[in-house]
Order: sequence, then C-alpha cells, then structure tokens
Amino acid sequence: MTEPRTLIDKLWATHEIVRREDGAALLWVDRHYVHEGSFHAFSQLKSRGRSVAEPDLTFAVADHYVPTHGRAAGIADPEIAAMVRNLEANTAENGITLFGLNDPRQGIVHVVGPEQGLTLPGLLVVCGDSHTSTHGAFGAYAFGIGASEVAHVLMTQTLWQKKPRRLRIAVEGKTAPGVAAKDIALAVIARIGADGAQGHAIEFAGSAIRALSMEGRMTLCNMSIEAGGRCGIVAPDASTFDYLKGRPYAPKGADFDKAVEAWSVLTSDTDAAFDREVSLDAGAIAPIVTWGTTPDDALPIDASVPDPAAMTEAARAQYMREALDYMGLKPGTKLTDIAIDRVFIGSCTNARIEDLRAAAAVLVGRVSKVPGLVSSGSSQVKRQAEQEGLDRVFRAAGLDWADSGCSMCVGINGDRVPPGERCASTTNRNFRGRQGPGARTHLMSPAMVAAAAVSGHLADVRPLLAGRKV
Amino acid sequence: MEKFTRLTATACPLMRPNLNTDQILPARYLKWPRARGMGQVLFQDLRFDAQGKPDADFPLNQPRWHGAEILLAARNFGGGSSREAAVYAVYDAGFRCVIAPSFGDIFAQNAVKNGLLTAIVSDAEVAELASAVEADPERPLTVDLERQTVACGNREFAFAIDPVSRNQLLNGWDDVDLTESYRAQISAFRAADRARRAWAAPALPRR
Repeated sequence: MTEPRTLIDKLWATHEIVRREDGAALLWVDRHYVHEGSFHAFSQLKSRGRSVAEPDLTFAVADHYVPTHGRAAGIADPEIAAMVRNLEANTAENGITLFGLNDPRQGIVHVVGPEQGLTLPGLLVVCGDSHTSTHGAFGAYAFGIGASEVAHVLMTQTLWQKKPRRLRIAVEGKTAPGVAAKDIALAVIARIGADGAQGHAIEFAGSAIRALSMEGRMTLCNMSIEAGGRCGIVAPDASTFDYLKGRPYAPKGADFDKAVEAWSVLTSDTDAAFDREVSLDAGAIAPIVTWGTTPDDALPIDASVPDPAAMTEAARAQYMREALDYMGLKPGTKLTDIAIDRVFIGSCTNARIEDLRAAAAVLVGRVSKVPGLVSSGSSQVKRQAEQEGLDRVFRAAGLDWADSGCSMCVGINGDRVPPGERCASTTNRNFRGRQGPGARTHLMSPAMVAAAAVSGHLADVRPLLAGRKV
Repeated sequence: MEKFTRLTATACPLMRPNLNTDQILPARYLKWPRARGMGQVLFQDLRFDAQGKPDADFPLNQPRWHGAEILLAARNFGGGSSREAAVYAVYDAGFRCVIAPSFGDIFAQNAVKNGLLTAIVSDAEVAELASAVEADPERPLTVDLERQTVACGNREFAFAIDPVSRNQLLNGWDDVDLTESYRAQISAFRAADRARRAWAAPALPRR
C-alpha cells in the first residue's frame, strides 16, 4: 500500500533525476520558454562557451518589448529593436524555434504555449518570467525562474529545486453572474495575502474550479504568483483534453488517446495530505477591484477605500498611508466614486478570447468615457476576435485595437500609463510604477474594466449586464 | 561564485513592506547589460522623483548609510517579477546580505546564484536591528552563515535560511559544474523518461 500522494508530489516525483542530502533535487525540464528578456541567460551561455542541450524542448516568443502599433514599419526605438533582434539572433544561433515579431503564432508567451499545444498536462514547464504559473492550469508543474536558472536549463535541460510545501485552495459552490476567474484570484489573494503562499505550490480544487473554462483556470493559475506561490495547479480533466485536442504541437490521433490515458491519473489521491488547506465559498465572491499597491489590497466593488487610522498595527497603517498617497485616494471614498483616466485590456492574465468577449459584451452599443488600449493575448486571439467582430465593438466604443504583446502591463515596449494617471486594468500587478513611472493601477476582470470604461469611474459590472447575453 | 561565510559591515534600514522587484529595479532598466552599472539605478523610482530630485528621506540617499553592505528590510522583500537583474542591482550597489522577515521565492533563489545572502528573522527582530542602526549608523552587524546568526552589539539573533541555499553560499558552488557531475544520471533519466512518457515530447505541427 503506497502513501496517498498529492498531484504536486506526483509531478515532482516524475521529474526528479537525483536528490542531494540537503534536499535539493535535480529536475528534468519538459518545456522551456524564452523571450527577449532572456538575453542575460544567453550571455552566460556564450561566456561559458556552451550550447543549448535540448533545442527541441525550448521555444521562444517575442512579447515583452514588441510594439503594439505599426509593426510592419519595424521598431522605431533602437534599444527596443535591439532586444527583439537579439532574441532572433540567439534563437537562430542555437536552433530554437522562435515565434517572432511577424509570425502569425506570436503573442504573449503564457498565451502562446497553451494555444500551440506546447503546454500539456504532467509536464514541467519553466520560463524566465514569474507568470509561468499560468501553465499550471493544464496540470503542468510550471514556475518562473531567474536568468541564471534559465542559463542552467539551456545548458542542461535540468534545474536544481527544493520541493515546496503543498497548499490546497478549495473553492466550492457557484459564482454569481458577473463574477469571473479574476475575481476568484483576487479573492484568494486578499484572503491569504500577497506573500501568503510563499514557499508553497498551490493546487486549486473544488467545484468552482472544475466549472472554470481552461482560460479561466489560466487566469487563476497566472495570479498564483501574486499570492507568492511557487506555482498553481489544476488537475486536468475533460475540459483540459478538449482544449488540447487538435492543437498544433499536441499529440495526434492514437498518440493523443494514449496521452489522455496518462493524463487522466494526474489527480491528488483521496486523503492525500497537504501542508496547508484554505477554502473559499464561490457564492460569496463579488466583483473585486484593487485600491492599493499590492494585489492583496483588494475589495468588493461595493466597498470603500479603507482607513489607515482604523488599523491596529502601526506598520500596516503606515503602509496604507503611503499606498493611498501614491494612489491619490482618500479613506472612506466609495470605490465606485473613483474616477479613472484610461483603461487597459491585455496581458497574460486576461487577454484571451473569452476575456475579450466578456469585455465586449459590456461595451457593445456603449461608448467609453476614457481612452483605452486593447492588446490581445496573441496574434491568433486577435485574428479570432476580428472574425467575431469584437474589434468593431472595441473601436466603436472608442478604444484602441492594438497588436499583441505584454504592452501596458509592464510598459517596456513604450505603452505606458502617464505619471499620475489612473488606469482600470485587466493585468496582474498594481505595483507602484508597474504600468509606467507614477502610474496608478486598479486591477479587475475584463468585464469590470469595460464597466469602468463606460462609466468613467470604477463600477459594478452586474447592473450593466442586465438584459445582455454573456 | 563568491563564497559567503561571515560578514561584518554596517547596515541600512529600509523598512517598507512589499518592496517587490519592480521597486528594486524598475522594468525600463531591464534591457541594460549588467556591465552598464545596475547598482546606480537600485530603487530608482523610490530614490528620485519624476524630475530626478532625490528624496532626502529615502535611506539610500542619506550619507550616513553609504558603504552599508547589509540591507534591513520588512516582509515580502523581492516579491513579484522574476527579474534576476533586481539581484544584480542590490549586489552591484555593494550589498552582500539582505535581512528580512520574508522574501519572494524567486528573488531568494536568484540571490543565492549570485552570492547574495537572504537571511530570515522575525518582524520584531528586524525592527530591533533597524532601531539599533538608526540610533548608531556606524554600528556594524556580524552575519555568520556557518552559525546562522546575526549579531549587533551584545544582541544576537538566529536567522533562517533554506539549507540548500546555505550549502551553496558556503561552498560557492557553481550549479552548472555541479550538474555536470550528474551527467550519467541525466542521460539515463532522459532515455527512460522518453520511453515512459512518449507523449511529453512536442509533436511536429501539421503543416
């Protein structure tokens, strides 16, 4: 009789090559994604005179620095152009497949991997980007790494890791209409804190998680890192297999059926022990927005800006005062009275087709009171949205329909929120300066961003959905 | 990699919670090669306002903390983005150790690869250390990785660090060299795994 094991234990064991006495394990890496920011790692590779061990398991995407406008004309900023060219050179030199600037498969790495069928259940997936946790939606063990680790994976296709503790977050029940995966994610983060899952791998379980589409699961797993988690995982099921069937790099025909057989056992055993358990009631989750400068500064839209003076802990009060000062907010202000300057719909968190549909369902027949940018999660999502006529909805609402990339989530391609401006955003980080120096970010779901756009202030999407097909 | 065993140096208190990697090194500097000097833009947007005017209250701008090699921080230091350049910035500004109640996992992992010690003490302990150096900025702290202690005057605290990271720092191990010594095991694993999980390889896309 073997000890019941969690999915995390099973995935770990499958990839462990050796374990040292101090507990460090050498893990086999199944998929390695790289992007323009991986140049430090390629420099390390070069300085050691090494080559890439498994170029067929490494895939590159241009996303962080790519322009979202006027791509055909090339990149105007020479430093940004050099970043994209550098990736082209490094991947060509090492025989790595690149979905480059003008490739129809280009997009944000965490959208493209799943979309191309590269991310599969049971795989160990790494990338030099913290939002690699996204791929856990497929039952993959996926986590972000730094440049030295990227270099190590390039050279050896392995990685030294210490096994994290296991946290199960169970979300049971049914979410109300107008409540999205992003709201579940923000509810989790608000509950356990921005560092609440540090040192832990998270398995998301429960009926509300099972009910999520693959895209919803990706949003949720994507935000695991915003709770400090090493990774977030959802056990694969029929939704996962349906999503993957027919994807370009996924197994085909009889191979696919064999794979599904292998993937179907990727679940936590009944009675498997977790180091920690948290449970949430899906029915109690309302649409959520952030008010401060970390993602756990999150409240239901019908709440008010909290008051530092009401805090018992001095350090917390001090943090809140600084956050409110940066955000330009006064304690007690109703969240729905906070006027915004612009909106952004994009990022690896919330720019897939279902996200665009959810935003468009609110926007159709309405006009945005503020300017805004819509950058699809991938070029393929963009084409699909155009086939569905969503681009016309965004444009008619007065929003800018742009090409795909990380764009205004991190601001390094030049798409930035100007200093002091307030942006309702579908992204993942409301950190100071994240969307540009001095930018003020409020995180929320795509439908909630659309609600803010047509209202000119943070707003509850639920009344705006009355009588609409969503 | 440089070994870390023991360090006696002055410490700079920076007691704001959640100093994530976007604060440590703003994203616009990520395209810099390290040789350009990332230490000079450490905490850039907290140190300087939009006009480039230094914030006199920010500790790193105060002469009394110049030369500090230890950074005292509040909880959740280095959360957020995986950018290793945040570690380069801290290290290249002269810091060899950060003491805080908690760290972002990826930051801590990146730190150890670069010889930067991340030492974990309680909120109360780091607050006490911060008060001590506020009162006397010249007072050095001694961080002993063998014993896992940080001493300040006649006070001494135990700090926590993952044993794997401790080993690596004490020995100055290079991961790639270490992995090379397991080459045979890796090859054997690869072959067995290919047979066991044929589906794991990327299928050739249909043209």
